[in-house]
Amino acid sequence: MAQPNSYREGPDSEGRFGLFGGRYVAETLMPLVLEVERAWRAAQQDPAFEAALAYYLKHYVGRPSPLYFAERLTDRLGGAKVYFKRDELNHTGAHKINNTVGQILLARRMGKTRIIAETGAGQHGVATATVCALFDLPCVVYMGETDIARQAPNVFRMKLLGAEVVPVTSGSRTLKDAMNETLRDWVANVEDTFYVIGTVAGPHPYPAMVRDFQSVIGREVREQILAAEGRLPDTLVACIGGGSNAMGLFHPFLDDPGIDIHAVEAAGEGVDTPRHAASLTAGAPGVLHGNRTYLLQNGDGQIQEAHSISAGLDYPGVGPEHAWLHDVGRVRYVSVTDDEALEAFQLCSRLEGILPALEPSHALAHVMRIAGDLPADHLLVMNMCGRGDKDVFTVAEALGVKL
Amino acid sequence: MSGGRARIARRFQALAAEGRAAFIPFISAGDPDRETSSAILARLPGLGADLIELGMPFSDPMADGPSIQAAGERALAAGQTMADTLEMAASFRAADAETPLVLMGYFNPIYRYGAEAFAADARAAGVDGLIVVDLPPEEDAELRVPAEAAGLALIRLVAPTTDDARLGRILAGCDGFVYYVSVTGITGTKSAMTGDIAAGLERIRKATDLPVAVGFGVRDAGQAAEIASFADAVVVGSAIVQRIESSLVDGKAASGTVAAVAALVRELAGGVRNGRPRDGGGSDG
Repeated sequence: MAQPNSYREGPDSEGRFGLFGGRYVAETLMPLVLEVERAWRAAQQDPAFEAALAYYLKHYVGRPSPLYFAERLTDRLGGAKVYFKRDELNHTGAHKINNTVGQILLARRMGKTRIIAETGAGQHGVATATVCALFDLPCVVYMGETDIARQAPNVFRMKLLGAEVVPVTSGSRTLKDAMNETLRDWVANVEDTFYVIGTVAGPHPYPAMVRDFQSVIGREVREQILAAEGRLPDTLVACIGGGSNAMGLFHPFLDDPGIDIHAVEAAGEGVDTPRHAASLTAGAPGVLHGNRTYLLQNGDGQIQEAHSISAGLDYPGVGPEHAWLHDVGRVRYVSVTDDEALEAFQLCSRLEGILPALEPSHALAHVMRIAGDLPADHLLVMNMCGRGDKDVFTVAEALGVKL
Repeated sequence: MSGGRARIARRFQALAAEGRAAFIPFISAGDPDRETSSAILARLPGLGADLIELGMPFSDPMADGPSIQAAGERALAAGQTMADTLEMAASFRAADAETPLVLMGYFNPIYRYGAEAFAADARAAGVDGLIVVDLPPEEDAELRVPAEAAGLALIRLVAPTTDDARLGRILAGCDGFVYYVSVTGITGTKSAMTGDIAAGLERIRKATDLPVAVGFGVRDAGQAAEIASFADAVVVGSAIVQRIESSLVDGKAASGTVAAVAALVRELAGGVRNGRPRDGGGSDG
């Protein structure tokens, strides 16, 4: 495949990254999707929007998040110098709120008075419900019945924040079905409702818009690593479900040729078993939820259930920009199993005093795999995109501990 | 004697001459199992179906309400594949050379099959048109080109949210008939005011000579009759697949399933036939 001059210019006017992306939605939604795109372009040109976003990111979310040298982990691994981008220190405990603040400011600007969102683990639902509480907007969050059962604390959090959590009982009753149901709500409430998508997927302009809101992560890393080390990093690592934290870290560095970029998918019980969520490693191109991308599907084009111990990576697709970066070879996509992620979770807790979420525990497991073979002056930055407090019940169960 | 888009055009011309609207029932291929579904499909023309929409089941039908979602889930659980659906179409066509058959569904199963191979195989199976809900005009070239080459009509959808600029673009590449989604919503969950639907149709008719079918919110024979008084075709889906569902015993087809569905289809077809007075309101489609 021909290499582009820049990896940062996508998508094109039709929302495509190479073959991937696009706007595969029903005609009823097309005018809305186009309206969101127009509003987003206008907002990007408006200094007042930029200023409001910067204000809330600083004073409400708590940005910038620190870039922290994980010294004990570095010593243990005996190779590359490992830094954590501490996005788990954001308000609500993950990177998700960078995007929900942005999209809800956009919804207000568009005069929308009702917010809907899908959620899997509940992190995006909590981040959406939080910002809706802040701006006094009614919020409906769709969540698969299976996920509601395994993420009870986040369900209660959303309710405390004033959101209505609607159980989704169709299909596999997980994140993909929640996304179907949110799209159905949007079709039925086109006048007043804004759909806040939680990852770099969905119809154009969502993949680009969510990436742009999350790119604050990579822009901060650039400044912070230059201040700490006087140069750019050698390797970036992030976990990837839909891929928003990874796009946020990677995008500002895509055109720096010396930087190795690794994204870590969830291999669940192994990519050679039916129970994993590694769409790029083991999926095939297809069309779902408004975009063309790599999907877990059978030979007849039916979408298959994903599995990961981390509910946030438990999605059978991936953002279209990742699909493109995979095909052009700019980003290396690898995978980590449930067991490897659990081991990394425990090591990080003991060595650094940080309980990582199970999602970045996948990134960390990959860091543990590669750091020892790299020289001591090799700078590696990993996105610690969420904190693990939400996962203690899951981890206890996996380790056979009764709480 | 040719099929494909010509068969659709011929049927609408004949109905215009009769001065009545078409009745288009929808069923999901393979619901609740392939044998029962094939039996229902074969009976539809005799019960008053003028055209037929056969749903291609998909795991993630984002534009459908609970009834059609459940129908697709039943079919997939019974093992229905795209190859099965095309074989059902071929068996139907072997016994009925005149009733247009349109496949309706989502793009991913077609994409996996391969758009060109799908268009060719569908045409060979006697299919006449395609409706793909998640392919707006911006995205449908990769299916429209092979469909046109195969002689299949790619039927496009117009929604109440479609503005005039989009309407022109949609109609410019639409074939067979126009599918007017009568509600802002998913299939089978709410109904629009008849006056609003008529106004929507009026807008489309000013811009095209193609027949216009109304679907997504038609629940019963009375409403079908009302819409038939001004539309060129009336599509009923959710009510029919609900009848299939309510006829099942322990989730399986029962001895009365086909008869129960047949009774409803006959009633709906009667509603459409009664919709337009013989002495006036001839179709301009």
